[in-house]
Amino acid sequence: MRLVSALDAKLLRDLRRLAGPAAAVALVIASGVALLVMSLSALSSLQSTMDAYYDRARFAEVFAPVKRAPERLAERIADIPGVRTVETRVVGMATAEIEGFGDPVTALTLSLPETRAPRLNALAMRSGRAPAPGRTDEAVLLEPFAEAHGLRPGDGLTVLMNGTRRTLRVVGTALSVEHVYAIAPGGLMPDPERFGVIWMGRDALAAAWDMEGAFNSVTLGLVAGVEPRAVIERLDALLAPWGGTGAIPRADQISHWFLTNELAQLRTQATVLPTIFLAVAAFLANTVLARLIETERREIALMKAFGYSNLAVGWHYAKLALAMAGLGVLAGWLLGSGLGRWNTELYGAHFRFPFLEFRPGAPPYAISAAASLGAALFGALFAVRRAVVLPPAEAMRPPAPDRIRVDLPDAALRALDSPTRIILRAVLRTPVRAALSTLGIALAVAVLVLAMQWRTSIERIAISHFEESQRQDVILGFAELRPSEARFAVGRLPGVMAMEPLRITPADLIGPRATHRGAVTGMPQGAELQVLAGADGRARAIPEGGVVLAEMLAEKLGLAPGDAIRIEVLEGARPVIETEVVGLVDGYIGMTATMDLSALNRALGEGPRFEYASLLVDPAQEAAFLKATTRTPMISMVLVKRAAKEKFDETLAETILIFIGFFVAFAGALAMGVVYNAARIALSERGRELATLRVLGFTRGEIAYILLGETALLTLAAIPLGWGLGWGLVKLMASAFETELYRIPFDVPPEAYGWAAVTTVAAATLSGLLVRRRLDRLDLVAVLKTRE
Amino acid sequence: MSDAQPVLAVRELTKVYGEGPTAVHALAGVDLDLEAGELMVLLGPSGSGKSTLLNIMGGLDSPTAGEVRFRGETLTAFSEGALTRYRREAVGFVFQFYNLIASLTAEENVALVTEIAERPMKPREALALVGLEKRAHHFPAELSGGEQQRVAIARAIAKRPEILLCDEPTGALDSHTGVLVLEAIERVNAELGSATAVITHNVGIAAMANRVVSMADGRIVETRVNAERVRAEALSW
Repeated sequence: MRLVSALDAKLLRDLRRLAGPAAAVALVIASGVALLVMSLSALSSLQSTMDAYYDRARFAEVFAPVKRAPERLAERIADIPGVRTVETRVVGMATAEIEGFGDPVTALTLSLPETRAPRLNALAMRSGRAPAPGRTDEAVLLEPFAEAHGLRPGDGLTVLMNGTRRTLRVVGTALSVEHVYAIAPGGLMPDPERFGVIWMGRDALAAAWDMEGAFNSVTLGLVAGVEPRAVIERLDALLAPWGGTGAIPRADQISHWFLTNELAQLRTQATVLPTIFLAVAAFLANTVLARLIETERREIALMKAFGYSNLAVGWHYAKLALAMAGLGVLAGWLLGSGLGRWNTELYGAHFRFPFLEFRPGAPPYAISAAASLGAALFGALFAVRRAVVLPPAEAMRPPAPDRIRVDLPDAALRALDSPTRIILRAVLRTPVRAALSTLGIALAVAVLVLAMQWRTSIERIAISHFEESQRQDVILGFAELRPSEARFAVGRLPGVMAMEPLRITPADLIGPRATHRGAVTGMPQGAELQVLAGADGRARAIPEGGVVLAEMLAEKLGLAPGDAIRIEVLEGARPVIETEVVGLVDGYIGMTATMDLSALNRALGEGPRFEYASLLVDPAQEAAFLKATTRTPMISMVLVKRAAKEKFDETLAETILIFIGFFVAFAGALAMGVVYNAARIALSERGRELATLRVLGFTRGEIAYILLGETALLTLAAIPLGWGLGWGLVKLMASAFETELYRIPFDVPPEAYGWAAVTTVAAATLSGLLVRRRLDRLDLVAVLKTRE
Repeated sequence: MSDAQPVLAVRELTKVYGEGPTAVHALAGVDLDLEAGELMVLLGPSGSGKSTLLNIMGGLDSPTAGEVRFRGETLTAFSEGALTRYRREAVGFVFQFYNLIASLTAEENVALVTEIAERPMKPREALALVGLEKRAHHFPAELSGGEQQRVAIARAIAKRPEILLCDEPTGALDSHTGVLVLEAIERVNAELGSATAVITHNVGIAAMANRVVSMADGRIVETRVNAERVRAEALSW
């Protein structure tokens, strides 16, 4: 008995014979599948890690800063309907002095209950232990901060808190659910060298920050299903007399906000791009298989002549298509899972979780397989159908060459040599097929344009932020509002060449469409060190009255220039400012609202004050300057722009560029797959003609020109088309990627087009060389004896 | 009728396919001269080795042993590039299944060869030689089998080849059409003086040749000179 039917034996041999095209189809499909699986598995893993961590660590749902509230207020807070858990604490911004590290280090100090574990925001200890009760010099450090400076339990650390220098003893390191994304106030990226978190016992911090019997931060856990909005309203009312500056829900908590933004972005990345990619891959698999089966026309007729039913013939080729596509799906799954895990770990390095759950989930696998196999099957069966509807006798003859409907103009015909005529007529005679191949290559070009411009877009954001908008070298933050005269003291710090005050006041910005809990920035007239920069890079004038909103914020609030805006200030006397939107600025970063500093001070009913200072510092005296800041009481934050920019670039290189690398590789594979199959199928259709030409005395190079010339022509036609499609794709992605933090500039630099074209041509050339090798082995004798 | 030197001189030509007990001797020591201007018919049943001989003479295949000399040069020692040049400049091929390029018109199929030849005739001239000047703008699919074969002949001779090799040129055609094709071959042989070898297993065609070479089992079994040639138009089978 035969183990394999004759037809299945044919299938296996066909697969072996078609190893090249099968590999190309599989490559194309594997690229699409891998990208989808990689992105979606990273997304679902991060999401489930986040959920599990938040749950285990009892992440608070409401966070409220207050100037100084008596501890007994905690009981009244606990009575707010919907509140399940209340945890009060003492916080403060300190500067740390680390030996051998010249840059200033800002640290957030946070209190831990003396005798019990925190009810909310539990620490995940990574080494050592929590501070012992009553030990005022013991501290736990945020793990990445400790790692960045090589600090271990037992080491000492000097900090400047509230104007007093103290030496602490590190007793442990920990990760915190509040600081998964540990970012300094005003920073864009976590920088564990320059920003850290230090936990100490409540008594120690209360003494340091004058908070005995009081707290300046409260976090709440809510009863399941309770909306934070109503709780926040009551909490704000309770805290207002004690200097509450407005509670925020978990959604606005900085680390969570960055994390969810990143996840949202990853979701866009994981859905929009791979969907496009998978659709392209499926489309290509479809056309490639259709062409491949067209070349099997005679075999199909023969099978029918032997009495096989249409169904049997269809199933035979369906299996061939499924085998090729299945190979791609399998390879894509494997590659995608591996990359997904790697990608999750990459994110894990930026978002510090105490554990990572790699939970790829079934959907990406199912979706990618269904789309790929479906498209392949559809393409195959469509082609088989066209072959089986013909009577066997007719199908056994080669397809009647289409009568040329459009021919080249006479002048062109005369000017061209015969090989070129063959190339051009091949395109003119099968316009649909030529168009599909061109479209396939063009889509690869489009994905490449997108990948290549990405970096430029993000660099554009960085330039807008770090160069056009922030022109200072250093931003100083003060523990409290400083009177205007304090600027002279700042100006006397070593190396300071210029200084401008800045004020950032927490406020609710209210428009007809929404309320945004953010801040109003006060800038002095004629400011040069920090300016309102638009997308064009030019500074906008700061109006003497009214407020200038970022376009994205105006959009959110439903406001246009000329509209009235209500600003409910969340600090000091908590005044309400009714003013006018006098302009919009179209920058890339943030949800900014900017006023004239004097106007803001007046509206707040206060004299000239500031809490931040922008400085230009003589580079030669930078070290002396930084040393002085660490010894100056009241300076709670020192942001060195050079360091922030370096960190930004470093993070960019680690994450986005790697991701772009994958896109380029996958898109290159896509282009290669399409070109290889186009050329390979052309070879199987034209092999006889090409061999005849060899017999007639054409050289190998001359027939390669005919075969690859057509492919080259289609590739060249695809490039401008792909540029257009890429432009559209970039536009689509720019709007899909917009978050509250920033929007992606719609900017495609010429080199993105150039590199996309170069990569495509390189992929096409490689494919061409692979096919050319087959061309050199054409059997010249066989062709003479065989009928077409 | 013969020059001092034949155009092609075949000596001790052997071609073995495969090895050991399954080896097939397609040619087993063949000696043959193709003289300038002559029309030779190679007769023989399938498998007698005539196509293998023609392929080696045309520079498409290499022998296992023996040699072929083209105007005194050893063809069988030529490199790949030299063989291509030989086919390009000296040889015209006519195949059983025409092997025209479907996307080129009759005239363009001929031009394909004239564009790369050294001193070709005009494509129109070549078509006129085979009586097809009026069909110059037709694509192969618009021509009958006989017409396609005549285009193939025009394509083969447009370069004014010294050697014209025809492998079963009438094999796919009916008798009447076949005669038209043979007339064309006869005419170019007479007018251009190309040394012509026609392979056939059709004995009826032999009468038009100067010389008839019969093959069997890879050997030449008979060489016969026709004292009187029959004109192609008088042939039938």
